[in-house]
Amino acid sequence: MTTQTLDAIISIRNLDLHYGQFQALKSVPLDVRTRKITALIGPSGCGKSTLLRCLNRMNDLIPGCRVAGKVLFEGRDIYASGEDVCLLRKRVGMVFQRPNPFPLSIRENVVFGLRVAGVRERARLDTIVERSLTAAWLWDQLKDRLDEPALGLPLDQQQRLCVARLLAVEPEVILMDEPCSALDPIATARIEELMIELKKRYTIAIVTHNMQQAARISDFSGYMLLGEMVEFGPTAGVFTSPKDKRTQDYVSGRYG
Amino acid sequence: MLVAFSALASLLLIAVFILKEGVPFFFKYGLGHFLFGLTWDPQAGQFGIYPMIVASLWVTLGAMAIGAPLGIAGAIFLNEFVPRSVLRVVKPTIELLAGIPSVVYGFLGVMVLAPFIRAHLGGPGLSILAASVILGIMVLPTVISISTDAIGAVPNSYREGALALGATRWQSVTLVTVKAARSGIIASIILAMGRALGETMAVIMVVGNAVKVPHSALDSARTLTANIALEMGYATGLHREALFATGVVLFVVIMLLNAMATSAIKAGGRRA
Ligand SMILES: Nc1ncnc2c1ncn2[C@@H]1O[C@H](COP(=O)(O)OP(=O)(O)OP(=O)(O)O)[C@@H](O)[C@H]1O
Ligand SMILES: [Mg+2]
Repeated sequence: MTTQTLDAIISIRNLDLHYGQFQALKSVPLDVRTRKITALIGPSGCGKSTLLRCLNRMNDLIPGCRVAGKVLFEGRDIYASGEDVCLLRKRVGMVFQRPNPFPLSIRENVVFGLRVAGVRERARLDTIVERSLTAAWLWDQLKDRLDEPALGLPLDQQQRLCVARLLAVEPEVILMDEPCSALDPIATARIEELMIELKKRYTIAIVTHNMQQAARISDFSGYMLLGEMVEFGPTAGVFTSPKDKRTQDYVSGRYG
Repeated sequence: MLVAFSALASLLLIAVFILKEGVPFFFKYGLGHFLFGLTWDPQAGQFGIYPMIVASLWVTLGAMAIGAPLGIAGAIFLNEFVPRSVLRVVKPTIELLAGIPSVVYGFLGVMVLAPFIRAHLGGPGLSILAASVILGIMVLPTVISISTDAIGAVPNSYREGALALGATRWQSVTLVTVKAARSGIIASIILAMGRALGETMAVIMVVGNAVKVPHSALDSARTLTANIALEMGYATGLHREALFATGVVLFVVIMLLNAMATSAIKAGGRRA
């Protein structure tokens, strides 16, 4: 089973994941296509976050978590022994549900990824700070406040700072786990616009509870239920003419 | 309520008593003379505590130089590299160490450490170095316990954020966790300093107690607390007042340290 879709930067076949005795993912497939937005939807507890966290191996941090199956990133199995997890996480970055800027200054937050990669030159760091904040639409508001603590920012700016912090290390894929669930509708709209803008240069995979959001911004959607991928395909198809009865029930709002 | 009040009242009483007995001496003898006088010779009416201030400083700083890095490293290790279940057993055990009587530490110092220093580094053995090592070990429970709590209170989301940016485990600890827990860690060190400065029994046993300004860590010296404990038993008149005045000096310094620790903890609470 190595049928890899040509333009998929990440390709998963038959992924099983156990938390101890509990099987959270059951033979799940997924293709994340280059420079598209792929959305994972489904009711609470169905394994969306779990699947997303497999893509940059954040599940490694959870004791008792076992993964079986292949996760191919640009054709290489990221779970193969000897793979460099730190390098993987630089190339496949993650934005979390709750904005989690570090208790450092705005500038130090943005350059964090570069610091851990050993970049020291002040001039280069400054250029990257400007470029990353500009790309996350924060530069104009924050350019004179770079040394203020990041935790003093409003939540949506904190979340966009977390995006900027990622962009600074120039990842190829950006994973977002319900990035708007802590934000109000206006802030949510701004993040959504930002994602559509970012799609020009980055591949995005997003978990969302909000079906309108998935319908608005994503190109591909996967509907998950109880650890299984029930349906996966172009968003328009999944939402307007779902093939599976269970997907139909979900997108027409019968549960979730 | 009643208990809290009586505790507070007795604390106040102690403070008032020490101040009443000690403060008049400052005026009789002169504060400058007292703090910076080089000779302590009660028979001759000389009450300069400068040599003992220097000794207390050396011993306290030495204890911190040993206890702080070890304690912080221990706290980091316990939090980041040891399973929760082990931490739950180890931490109370370490806190239990705080309950070992200081005589026991002093005894170990006399029997093991001082001979070791004498044999391998020279000098009398009973020395500032010996006292620093013993005190550094004695303050470990304080440093580890408070620092562990501070590091444990750092939200896991910071750790995840750092690792998700490609940081190694070690980088996430040093660049994020320790910085986020900074105020708690500083507070633990300040409180430990207070304990080291105030410790008496173990110090008397290992520091040598010679009343002179020490010139090296291998010299014998006498700390402020040791001086009070050694002489209070037979002191009378002005001599006795001078010892109380020494107590006032210690009291003020320790209060200052505690205030600093409290404000460090508060500052951390505001930021988080
Ligand atoms: N660390 C863990 N240990 C054990 N079980 C876990 C762990 N994390 C998640 N689970 C279980 O795995 C299943 C999938 O969890 P996951 O967080 O991936 O769901 P989700 O689809 O993201 O849900 P939500 O929409 O609520 O975020 C759930 O049943 C959950 O209880
Ligand atoms: Mg989730």
